[in-house]
Amino acid sequence: MTEPGQARERAHPNIGTYLRVAAVLVILTVLEVGVFYVPAFHPMLVPVLLVLSACKFALVVLFYMHLKMDSPFFSFLFGAPLLLATGVLVALLLLFYGTLTLRGAGGAGG
Amino acid sequence: MTHAAATHHTSMGLDSRKMAFWAFIGSECLLFGSLISTYLVYKGKSVVGPYPHEVLNIPFTSFSTFDLLMSSLMMVLALAAVQRGDMKWAKIWLFATAFLGLIFLAGQVYEFTSFVHEGLTLQTNLFACTFYVLTGTHGAHVTVGVLWLLTLWVRALQGKLGPAHALTVEISGLYWHFVDVVWIVIFTVVYLIQ
Repeated sequence: MTEPGQARERAHPNIGTYLRVAAVLVILTVLEVGVFYVPAFHPMLVPVLLVLSACKFALVVLFYMHLKMDSPFFSFLFGAPLLLATGVLVALLLLFYGTLTLRGAGGAGG
Repeated sequence: MTHAAATHHTSMGLDSRKMAFWAFIGSECLLFGSLISTYLVYKGKSVVGPYPHEVLNIPFTSFSTFDLLMSSLMMVLALAAVQRGDMKWAKIWLFATAFLGLIFLAGQVYEFTSFVHEGLTLQTNLFACTFYVLTGTHGAHVTVGVLWLLTLWVRALQGKLGPAHALTVEISGLYWHFVDVVWIVIFTVVYLIQ
């Protein structure tokens, strides 16, 4: 009999899915490098690159690391620290480059 | 020892080794998160050169990125082969994964060496310090991954790796794919967003 936790885990993707994911990853990488070299994209370079990078990240994690099929608890074990790391990164960037300071937004209150 | 005998399930019905490894990967997210944060906080604050746009070689690093992505594909093909008991192809894919990892490492050694020849050492400026620590830590992880994969490959050659050890291969795959996703972020944040 299948145990409760195992029942939530579905079969891993087949080889065809792995190959399709690899093809999409290569296309996204080519797009990233293309965007970098085409001057017309430079005004929106950062958001475009971040979106493309996030797509590649998600594809590997969901399909190659099997988080799409595995127990949601594994997603929590990975997602919670990832969210914390991202939060720390954003907070540090706001402190060093943004209007947010240790004295409050825009440095007010000092 | 068979896989069934070695497997320990938690009260949630999940394999304890896999759960522990996901927790480890979570902690690795925090490690690389702190290193990437440090790189970004000090970005553009170097007072002496060489600066990133003067030394970073995008075509060369794009090839390294492609190499690592293909190694991830080889890894899932190795896992699929082990799961269906096709050990001939499992050995081929495991070796191919490790070989592509070695190519990536060779590329990193070449890159670091050329940077040093251009005058960019660990002590040169803030860019060099944060760049070498971030990419060097990633390279150390790739090295561990390559050694792990070669160990699995040798065990497969000795006939000590079979479908019963699919979880062992899956866990090594989790590590390898994590190294890959970290590089996806580094390639964008360090190399493309200058």
